[in-house]
Amino acid sequence: MLIGIPKEPLAGETRVAATPKTVELLKKLGFDVCIESTAGLAANFDDAAYEAAGASINANTKEVYQSDLVLKVNPLIDHPGQKCHELELLKEGGHLISFMAPAQNEDQLKQLAERNITALAMESVPRISRSQSMDALSSMANIGGYRAVIEAAHHFGRFFTGQITAAGKVPPAKVLIIGAGVAGLAALGAAGSLGAIVRAFDTRPEVKEQINSMGAEFLEVEMEEESGSGDGYAKVMSKAFIEAEMALFAEQAKEVDIIITTAMIPGKPSPKLITSAMVASMTPGSVIVDLAAGGGGNCDLTQPGKVVTTDNGVTVIGYTDMPARLPSQASQLYGNNLVNLLKLLCPEKDGQLAIDFEDPIMRGVTVTKDGAVTWPAPPIQVAAAPPKKVDDTAPIEPAKQEISPLVKYGLSAAGALLVGWIAVNAPAAFLGHFTVFVLACIIGYYVVWNVKHALHTPLMAITNAVSGIIVVGALLQVSDELNLVSILALISVLIASINIAGGFYVTKRMLKMFQK
Amino acid sequence: MQAGMVITAYIIAAVLFIMSLGGLSQQESAKRGIWLGIVGMGIALVATLLSPKVMGLTTGLSYIIIAMLIGAAIGIYMAKRVAMTEMPELVAILHSFVGLAAVFVGINSYLDHAPDLTPVMQNIHLVEVFLGVFIGAVTFTGSLVAFGKLRGIMSSKALNLPHRHKLNLLALLVSAVMLVQFVNQGGNDTHLMVMTLIALVFGWHLVASIGGADMPVVVSMLNSYSGWAAAAAGFLLGNDLLIVTGALVGSSGAILSYIMCRAMNRSFISVIAGGFGNDPIVSDDEEQGEVQPTTAEEVASMLSNASSVVITPGYGMAVAQAQYQVQDITQKLRAKGVNVRFGIHPVAGRLPGHMNVLLAEAKVPYDIVLEMDEINDDFANTDVVLVIGANDTVNPAAKKPGSPIAGMPVLEVWDAKNVVVFKRGMASGYAGVQNPLFFLDNTKMLFGDAKASCDQIASSL
Repeated sequence: MLIGIPKEPLAGETRVAATPKTVELLKKLGFDVCIESTAGLAANFDDAAYEAAGASINANTKEVYQSDLVLKVNPLIDHPGQKCHELELLKEGGHLISFMAPAQNEDQLKQLAERNITALAMESVPRISRSQSMDALSSMANIGGYRAVIEAAHHFGRFFTGQITAAGKVPPAKVLIIGAGVAGLAALGAAGSLGAIVRAFDTRPEVKEQINSMGAEFLEVEMEEESGSGDGYAKVMSKAFIEAEMALFAEQAKEVDIIITTAMIPGKPSPKLITSAMVASMTPGSVIVDLAAGGGGNCDLTQPGKVVTTDNGVTVIGYTDMPARLPSQASQLYGNNLVNLLKLLCPEKDGQLAIDFEDPIMRGVTVTKDGAVTWPAPPIQVAAAPPKKVDDTAPIEPAKQEISPLVKYGLSAAGALLVGWIAVNAPAAFLGHFTVFVLACIIGYYVVWNVKHALHTPLMAITNAVSGIIVVGALLQVSDELNLVSILALISVLIASINIAGGFYVTKRMLKMFQK
Repeated sequence: MQAGMVITAYIIAAVLFIMSLGGLSQQESAKRGIWLGIVGMGIALVATLLSPKVMGLTTGLSYIIIAMLIGAAIGIYMAKRVAMTEMPELVAILHSFVGLAAVFVGINSYLDHAPDLTPVMQNIHLVEVFLGVFIGAVTFTGSLVAFGKLRGIMSSKALNLPHRHKLNLLALLVSAVMLVQFVNQGGNDTHLMVMTLIALVFGWHLVASIGGADMPVVVSMLNSYSGWAAAAAGFLLGNDLLIVTGALVGSSGAILSYIMCRAMNRSFISVIAGGFGNDPIVSDDEEQGEVQPTTAEEVASMLSNASSVVITPGYGMAVAQAQYQVQDITQKLRAKGVNVRFGIHPVAGRLPGHMNVLLAEAKVPYDIVLEMDEINDDFANTDVVLVIGANDTVNPAAKKPGSPIAGMPVLEVWDAKNVVVFKRGMASGYAGVQNPLFFLDNTKMLFGDAKASCDQIASSL
């Protein structure tokens, strides 16, 4: 099967659906790959690199679109170079894998179905653990989060990290990140590694651990509310919760230098979280990066696609093409996502697609097939929210075996009786030995508890050696006559000597090895 | 030498033994500890050889010297040759020697005791003989079986006789009845012999019923028994040095067994009663998902990019003899500035502290080898964990109620960003429980022989 990689016709798009590295992987799956000339140039992949990886280069745009399977980044649009819609360029009965925004483009899906094109929309990959390697939304969000911090740093007039220099003390920048999804966590990591003090807010309490694990502080609203919606996204919250949340943001806005917002709700306009009043309360020179600008923005003042500076000197960045600002990285990760999806679609590695609707991933990602629109797929529920109040990660206390008091007192009484019996009946000579025995047990107890676990094997070896002291007993039983007693005693002497010599020697050998 | 001086020498020897064990509390003082032990042993031996009884011998003395020299030569030969992975076997066979010596000393003492004992002392002596021989015999065969299992001569699977608990109980009861009759009759050769036979079979059956991975407990238990056997011999000979040493060794082994049992969250009785992992446990298949296989090169690049790495070895590393390759990886990573540490579960290996010895043999610095409790909280800040030949000790199922290993303290490796599990295949661990760790998203499986895998990683670094 021939895969076609056209040059993205969208203005300003720098990404490409395959890189030389992913071309190699596609070839391993049995596909032939054809790249439109200069398709990867904006992402720093030239035609020669693709050719070296085994792809063919074609300057004819139409022919590339006529491949059996077309891999693209952006949804289909009017092609400026060809004076027609990309849809018309596709081969009838062919295949397409791309971001498609199926919710916004239902007409397009119908047209694709009419032309019997099988289309797979990358944003419809179900969010389950098995499909993480194909989740292009996450890999793009990751890049977006990183780039958001870089953009903020670029517009911010100070260091991120605190320093004490000869010229004076520099306080660290304070960064607030709203929404700890993939983009939020990536931003958190990037800002943290630049040395900033990072705080994060999310409506889902279950992300607290992830935030803390990345060294950031988790801001909480004092309120109980369920917010996981079961599909991995946050849901819309109640009015009281939103009020409390807004109060928290207003308070934070006065304090922090940089705010990065990532609150997107799929298929709906982004919630307004940072009001004009909050922006006005921020110190001049502060930066807001609105990663939700594509959905209208989380900040009142965001202008999608633009950077604006407010009257009080706050920069509001509303870029909607963050991933495209890191074109090589974005193309590589998106290309990998496609390869991973194709691995699933082409299990035989023979370059043929086998779409099986029993598989939830293949079902979810396929939006048109056999002339019919198959979007939306029936929902798959993944349990993201832990059951309330039951913290199943809490360690289970090792089950202690409670000895019933009856047994305990019974044993104590029996012990007391035994000691009493011995005291009454045993002669003094025996009691002397008995005293030594009991005291030695107690000394042994304290001495051995102090031995490090690392030295337990040498401990066993040295106790092997010292228990060879039984030789002392055997020595006294040897007589000049070689009778039974003498022979048994001599055997004992021999084997106990093995113990003494062997035990000490091997312990020495082991201890010699322990070194710093 | 006068009797008083002999006794004084024994006291000094006993004190030196105690200090010797005390020295083992730290690696730094451990080397001095062993010399204290050797000096103590030397003093005790010289004092005994110079005691009036032995000095009075003529041909007997030469026999003694010959026996001791042969024994010492064999001992040093064994100790020199033994590979560190074979330490459990050596320890087990040395236990059996103490057991056998205790049996002989007990029988001798019965055959040839001082004639002028009071009736009470006579009874006490008989009880001591009986107990000493019994414990010695159990230790002897038990250790032999443990040796066979560790060496692979015997199947390491638990022998599962029908009514095995009743058989054990019967053996104990019969022995107890015989003890009473033996004492009442003022000694009886047949009783002593039959009891010795019963004890031998009992020891054999006791250890044969315990499976391979419970060996740390079994070996420590036998260590303890060998101590009690020596203490019993001390009682019947009226020798305080033997009593003190036996008590030290006995309590040492008992504490080790206790530590091992606690590390598995199992009671001592349940380990000794055996049968863990024999009852077929139906592993729940719902946990299963897909594992993500990986390659040595990928692991190598993952390690090069990490800032903190923890290696958790298990018995599999000992079997594959991979400790040198592991040290090779450790050295290369440390040279690159990666923080490499080891996390050791108390029951990893077949002997308490076995992993530490193996790593020390490969010259891994001991200050980066940490215990489970010291490292468990650090996994969350670890980039890569290498699980080499361990399974049950890193099983997250232990945190779930209802699992057969629930409540067992484990190394919480799954908190790390990435986990690489070195494994031959997908077989479950000793406990027969499927390990959900293998199916986690942050877990990669590196299939194949641990030694070869480590070699490849080291050469790719």
